[in-house]
Amino acid sequence: MIAEYGHIALIIALCLSVAQAIVPMAGSFAGYRSWMRLGHSLALGQLVFVAISFACLTAAFVQDDFSLQYVADNSNTLLPTQFKVSAVWGAHEGSLLLWALILAVWSAAVAIFSGHLPLVLSSRVLSILGAISVGFGLFILLTSNPFARILPFSPTEGGDLNPLLQDFGLIVHPPMLYMGYVGFSVAFAFAVAALIGGQFDSAWARWARPWINSAWVFLTIGITLGSWWAYYELGWGGWWFWDPVENASLMPWLVGTALVHSISVTEKRGAFRSWTLLLAILAFSLSLLGTFLVRSGVLTSVHAFANDPERGIFILAFLGLVVGSSLLLFALRGPVVQRQQGDAEVVSYSGLSREMMLLLNNVLLVSAMAMILIGTLYPLIADVLDLGKISVGPPYFNVFFVPMTLGLMVAMGFAVFSRWKKTDANMLLQKGMVPFLISLSAALILPLFLAESMSWATYSITAAITLGASFWVVTMSLEDLWQKLDRGSSKSGSRLINITKLPGSYWGMQVAHIGIAVCALGVGLSSVYDVQKDVRMVPGDRAEVAGYEFVFDSLDFVQGPNYGASRGQISAYKNDRLVAVLHPEKRKYEARNQVMTEAALDAGLTRDLYVSLGEPLKGDAWAIRLHVKPFVRCIWLGGLMIGLGGLLSVMDKRYRRRQSRTLAKAQSGATAVEVGAQ
Amino acid sequence: MNRLTLFIPFALCLALGTFLFFSLGKDPLDLPSALVGEPFPDFALEELHQPERQVSIDDFDSQVLLVNVWATWCFACRIEHPWLNSLAKDGVVIVGLNYKDHRKLAQDWLQERGDPYQFSIFDPRGVLGIDLGVYGAPETYLVDAEGIVRHRRVGVVDERVWNEEFRDLYQQLVDEANAE
Amino acid sequence: MQSSVRPSLGLLKQVGLFLLLSSTAMAVEDVVSFSDESLRPRYQQLLQELRCPKCQNQNLADSNSAISQDLRAEVQRLLEQDLSDTEIKDYLKNRYSEFILYRPEVNRATWFLWAAPVVLVVLGGLIVLRLSRAKKLGDSQEADIPVRSADQQQRLDKLLNSPKQGTD
Repeated sequence: MIAEYGHIALIIALCLSVAQAIVPMAGSFAGYRSWMRLGHSLALGQLVFVAISFACLTAAFVQDDFSLQYVADNSNTLLPTQFKVSAVWGAHEGSLLLWALILAVWSAAVAIFSGHLPLVLSSRVLSILGAISVGFGLFILLTSNPFARILPFSPTEGGDLNPLLQDFGLIVHPPMLYMGYVGFSVAFAFAVAALIGGQFDSAWARWARPWINSAWVFLTIGITLGSWWAYYELGWGGWWFWDPVENASLMPWLVGTALVHSISVTEKRGAFRSWTLLLAILAFSLSLLGTFLVRSGVLTSVHAFANDPERGIFILAFLGLVVGSSLLLFALRGPVVQRQQGDAEVVSYSGLSREMMLLLNNVLLVSAMAMILIGTLYPLIADVLDLGKISVGPPYFNVFFVPMTLGLMVAMGFAVFSRWKKTDANMLLQKGMVPFLISLSAALILPLFLAESMSWATYSITAAITLGASFWVVTMSLEDLWQKLDRGSSKSGSRLINITKLPGSYWGMQVAHIGIAVCALGVGLSSVYDVQKDVRMVPGDRAEVAGYEFVFDSLDFVQGPNYGASRGQISAYKNDRLVAVLHPEKRKYEARNQVMTEAALDAGLTRDLYVSLGEPLKGDAWAIRLHVKPFVRCIWLGGLMIGLGGLLSVMDKRYRRRQSRTLAKAQSGATAVEVGAQ
Repeated sequence: MNRLTLFIPFALCLALGTFLFFSLGKDPLDLPSALVGEPFPDFALEELHQPERQVSIDDFDSQVLLVNVWATWCFACRIEHPWLNSLAKDGVVIVGLNYKDHRKLAQDWLQERGDPYQFSIFDPRGVLGIDLGVYGAPETYLVDAEGIVRHRRVGVVDERVWNEEFRDLYQQLVDEANAE
Repeated sequence: MQSSVRPSLGLLKQVGLFLLLSSTAMAVEDVVSFSDESLRPRYQQLLQELRCPKCQNQNLADSNSAISQDLRAEVQRLLEQDLSDTEIKDYLKNRYSEFILYRPEVNRATWFLWAAPVVLVVLGGLIVLRLSRAKKLGDSQEADIPVRSADQQQRLDKLLNSPKQGTD
């Protein structure tokens, strides 16, 4: 019965979203305030019903209702409760319901926090969000209903959640990621609303910016969590595979990063309007494209949901409609935007100005995204054109992505010092001298030390370049910080006071940029200095890897809630001192008869020790994989820093300032003017 | 940006959408064989039923034939086997390639289900399998009278697949061979 | 007998030291052994560039399917036979088609794939360069025209209570 309630709630939500898509938008053209205001209540109502639907599905999982096809496929009586809950979004149908829920959450948030926006704008934004909700609602109800029943003979036991997903990672990674994906729908809605209304200025940018930044923060953290999860869960020690599904998350992130920068130019200087609009449309389009790629079966991926071309057609049609119409609108309304830019068109900015640096930034990020898009889709394109079945993997992506990132990092260092409109080249050279020297020294010297402590035979150029670029970004950022703190103070004491005077968006920038440097450092150094050995060991054996001594103490058999496992104990010593005790497992999940490797990790800032059991060999022996992975943790530390930077930027006071009544009045006055101008 | 460049994103979107549309329904893991048009690789392996007998490509005897990769651990092979039996009765020459299997188990399996093969190549280590580009059972290769691979199917060959992919080509090759 | 309960570190240390002191100097065997250790890095590199033909997008290093195990052994065999990396990849490509290569070859079918990113970056760079030159020329000619008129700026500032644009 609960499932039926959930089903009905979903249908009601769909009806509400249809109303939400039509009524406020119509009201904004006709000038009916009551219609426009309806958008707010409809969005809240939609949230209530989607939440009810989601709660019903969760209840079905927790109560082991195997008469639901979806529950029977993805759960099991022996599954621990927290995984039963996360299993709700563990496969296609449920994850779509999660999408719908999160979309409802963002829509409701817009409804609640848009009091200071002109009603015309907020009603249009909500209508567009409503239209997107309609698409997803229809998709779920027509092709992917999680509430479908198996009748009359329901199974008494479920097929169990994929063992790889029975992990903390499933609890956090998809919700975070979806918050990011879906969050860009708000940016999209703002852009399309602006195109429709033709009202597009710094005020618009100021309103849209916190939404864009928060979506970006969620996506950053979502991707970081995904990479971390793959690392400790999959058992091979890898953390990024350029898999189509991973690329589907990186592409909107790259565009989102460009958007975050571009909108700051629009807000502060009124320039880059077309760029910002286009990027906002593009970011969400890539989110939707990702949804298509993952669920349609056109690309192979370890992450992909079950393939179904019928679903693929629906998503493709939806994708085509949403993206096609918005890009067409962009092309048609483009001249209006440009005309509006009016005075701003003559905003001049010279070669080294901040505007130009950010333009370069946009170009590089969009190029990187395009490269990843081409690489990901090429197997598909080649197949359609009958050019054969071609694989495009990490070797291709790394060849291009690494230099592009390095280019971005070099530019990042300079950009921090750039000024709006015009930057003095001499000033840049002067400021850059000390950081350059520090970076160069780090690049030349540090790999020597690293080489020694990690028993690595040769000096690594890759490590040198990584160190150079990272140090460059950090030193330039710190120098700018120092200079800003110094401003207007002659006594060293007041430098500290200046800390509070710097706005949140500045701290955000610094933390995020340094986060990139940290992440790049982790990527570069762990790739170069990673040491891996696959050895045959019996209990009692010891093996030496990169200065660590690994002793295979014992092997036992343990019983988990829904699996049985061979569990090894391996002790790691450095210089005869015990450093860690590791327990890798080889688990067999009874329900699916599936074997899974559970690696054991000793995490550290300067290195991870990573041990996993391979196959049992003759006698007592096992093939054991031993890794020492230096600085790999910096990757996710950097990722979190980038997210933190975005968060600091969102929390900037100017977005949280209480708007005065004067403002509201003035803007409702403006509203009448805008509506009249349609 | 001038008027026309504004339409570039839209145009790209249309192009991409078209490609994606045509890609639906294509199976990304349906690999073409690298050997189509190439000679069937030579081999020197034992026959399944008679360990003392060495078989090689000469035993193909300049016939048009199917080489069917099968194993006892392969569930799909059981599904296609009845159709292979029926093909053999109709005079289609089929050579079996017993892939990464146990001899005794394989012999018993054929005993139980019928043996449509003129002979079966015993390839316990998958040596010939690698030369052929085999990546799982069942697979079926169509070889012409000159020993050239003309078609490969990964997956079950049942009546429908035979009619769609093999029958006409097989007939054509047989006619060509008889004409000489 | 060691149970699955985690023993105290002190005991472990003793056991560990005992093992270290008492074991012979024999190092453990690698699961995959080479006649020449310099082949190993090439082996690991190749395994990452070769794709498992039947898996859902995994390379030979990470996959545990039967065909991957066979192909790993094959790569090892070919390395021992002194074939170069290119020859090994060609050998496998001739049997499994170009699908097995994660680094696509540069040929008629893939020229777009390899050229496009380069073209994009160059094009983008040219655009930025052209814009910066154009603006530079414009710089010397124009007076400093603000984004908004002074009146608009005032009104905006008052409405939004924003600080003057300055440092950031």
